[in-house]
Amino acid sequence: MMSREITGPNMLEELRKEIQEESVSQKVTISVCSSTGCVALGSQSLLKMLKEQLSNQGLEEIVEIKETGCLGFCEKGPRLTVYPGGISYFQVSPEDIDEIVTRSLEHGQPLERLLLRDPETGKTAERLEDIPFYKYQRRLLLSDNERVDPKKIEDYISIGGYSALSRVLFHMKPEQVIQEVKKSGLRGRGGSGFPTGRKWEATRDAPGDPKYVIVNCDEGDPGSFMDRSLMEGNPHKVLEGMMIGAYAIGASKGYIYIREEYPIAFANVKTAIAQAKEYGLIGSNVMGSGFSFDVKVHSGAGAFVSGESSALVEAIEGRVGEPRPKYIHISERGIDGKPTCLNNVKTWANVPIIILNSAEWYKSVGTESSSGTNIFSLVGNVNNTGLVEVPMGITLRDMVYKIGGGVRGGKRFKAVQIGGPSGGFIPEQFLDLKVDFDSLSEAGSMMGSGGMVVMNEDACMVDAAKYFVDFLLEESCGKCIPCREGLKVLSATLGRICEGMGKHSDLEIIRDVTEAMETTSLCSLGKTAINPVLTSMNYFKDEWEAHIEEKVCPAKHCRALIEYSIDEKSCKACLQCTMNCSTAAISGEKRKPQRIDQSKCIKCGTCYDLCPSNAVVKISRGAAKQIGLVD
Amino acid sequence: MKTIEFEIDEKKVRAREGMTILEAAKQSGVNIPTLCYHENLDHLGCCRICSVYIEKGKRGSIVTACSYPVEEGLKVTTRSQKIDRLRKTIIELAIVGSGPNIKADLYRLSKEYNADLNRFSSIGEETKYNCILCGLCTIKCIEATGGAIGFVGRGVDKKIVSFPETSQTCITCNYCNNVCPTGRISLKGADPPFPTVNDFLSGRS
Repeated sequence: MMSREITGPNMLEELRKEIQEESVSQKVTISVCSSTGCVALGSQSLLKMLKEQLSNQGLEEIVEIKETGCLGFCEKGPRLTVYPGGISYFQVSPEDIDEIVTRSLEHGQPLERLLLRDPETGKTAERLEDIPFYKYQRRLLLSDNERVDPKKIEDYISIGGYSALSRVLFHMKPEQVIQEVKKSGLRGRGGSGFPTGRKWEATRDAPGDPKYVIVNCDEGDPGSFMDRSLMEGNPHKVLEGMMIGAYAIGASKGYIYIREEYPIAFANVKTAIAQAKEYGLIGSNVMGSGFSFDVKVHSGAGAFVSGESSALVEAIEGRVGEPRPKYIHISERGIDGKPTCLNNVKTWANVPIIILNSAEWYKSVGTESSSGTNIFSLVGNVNNTGLVEVPMGITLRDMVYKIGGGVRGGKRFKAVQIGGPSGGFIPEQFLDLKVDFDSLSEAGSMMGSGGMVVMNEDACMVDAAKYFVDFLLEESCGKCIPCREGLKVLSATLGRICEGMGKHSDLEIIRDVTEAMETTSLCSLGKTAINPVLTSMNYFKDEWEAHIEEKVCPAKHCRALIEYSIDEKSCKACLQCTMNCSTAAISGEKRKPQRIDQSKCIKCGTCYDLCPSNAVVKISRGAAKQIGLVD
Repeated sequence: MKTIEFEIDEKKVRAREGMTILEAAKQSGVNIPTLCYHENLDHLGCCRICSVYIEKGKRGSIVTACSYPVEEGLKVTTRSQKIDRLRKTIIELAIVGSGPNIKADLYRLSKEYNADLNRFSSIGEETKYNCILCGLCTIKCIEATGGAIGFVGRGVDKKIVSFPETSQTCITCNYCNNVCPTGRISLKGADPPFPTVNDFLSGRS
């Protein structure tokens, strides 16, 4: 299509109509997920196969192929959706393509075997909403991902894209926009939950020119991929939100900071900006409104701490991404000392939704103090893992059991870790806790960026706390003493406890060090690093005491505190363990129960995982001593 | 310039707007300990030893005196049981990285705050550099020579190294000696000496 510069709101509407009419002429559209999850599971080979098939059969004119973003159910990828009808197929392999194309052209029955199934009823679901994973979601931000090819701005325009920007530029004053965002109750989705409207206002009121806006896409929490999916699947929505914010704040320049590990997001945003520029949606005199805005994409360099606002500004300015020791917020002095407004990807993406649907409408979603929806990456020991977008205020129980389908393998729920390494563990007694900013911080955790890791009875909470401490130890910038050295001490102390060498004085060490870290660390990385440790200590006291007093790991997870043994009565002598033991510690006669030589065993757990008859058991070290298994 | 009135340790003090709590305290003869602070340099804010308690209306928090700007009506407490405990812990943590063989300011403070230099002695890397990575020497060096020494690495791997290309430019100006709060750097140079960046990159440091 010939590019034309849009010079007024009417031209945008005309263009939209034109694109919509054009797409009606296409008979069938097949969309293939091209986000990281599905690409890793082979969606590129599906695309290749699809293109070949269409070209061989001369169907290129009739069937349109779309590469779209993520629908969230990544573990069931690669995903492919056929329109009209919008039937989504999951776990598709290249061999299925032929059949899918034929059926789609004949408008025949959907391919049963590739549809999602309701795990409870076993029934297949044509519509996503028919299965529990999607039924309880409210997808304001993610639902467009399936309809839009992120590399085609026309797709975004055809579903109403940039109409919020147009409305703002031609019908609203900057102050009105800020009022609207304030009224909506939108709070920062990066984790701290600061009211977005107030942040915008502070930046607008701060003296200095030019002003800057920043999209923070330095998502680095273990197991989190919300920002990535949005950035990969619908970059224009983020851009549109950012520009509305820039107009409201009076900013003329923007930066999009994307972590180095997100190449698809980086490429898609670059393409999106170039296309928006061609249409005159970014640049000088946007749509003929007089508002000018330019945006640059900045690639991170692999540091988690750069997600902290002042460290991110340092990085954009070309220095090492380390937080600034200042009590002046970047809304007053950010990039080049000028007022700067930084928001998370999801925060910006919410803005066009608020403008188009009104603040009142947005406020009706979610709870009184936390409005709207939030995207979580629900991972860990649940049956359904993936990205879920839910209204704020949903209970943890609904998240884990209704959407997540309960704990995997019928095991018992133990805790859910929310908010990444800065968040805390939330135990079973808080399952009815509402997921919103305030309830979570009251429980000693935080919303964070939205990571949600479910843990079952096999998880050791001391070891889990150590996992997150070790993550942060690796990621601390090392600038301030409490964070750099405090994490070192915490890691070593937790390690000692896990090895059965813990003493009561270790608890005192943890108390002193966490106190110093929480109150005197330079930035939030150090200040909140204590959350996993303290919530684990407070909510799972028994486990800590067992490790320290009795040298027992109740979850039988800590290697130093367990021994593996083979139960003679259950062993069927299949020799799976014997053949796969990497240190040849297992031996025995044919058709007789096998035995583990404890002196050779390195406790890798392979035999335990492999045994088909559950004859390999874990025994606490103390109990093993009693029965004479070890000295 | 506007004059700000506020309290340090229940004493009324006056300061110019834009001053930090530390500058105002020095001016009024109140001692707040520092390690990484130098009056002629931009505050680094990395040692956190100057942490003090402030009250603004009903809200209280702990901030670093070297970087917090004075405000009208602020109430600052520079010593209390909690502040002393925090400073003691910070010193003990500093020793994890530097080793107990410290001199100069850090040694003096460890005595004043009763820090146990061996509390975390089993933790930390084998080579102890008598260094708390405050970075004062590197900034002074950049001023004098353009940077014969500087930081490399991140987090626990962070170190101060010398750069072979520029280390010849060391003009023994002794700027680094004068600012070092742990006594690693003396008139004879750094002890132990700075590894070179090449040693660090090849893992030999």
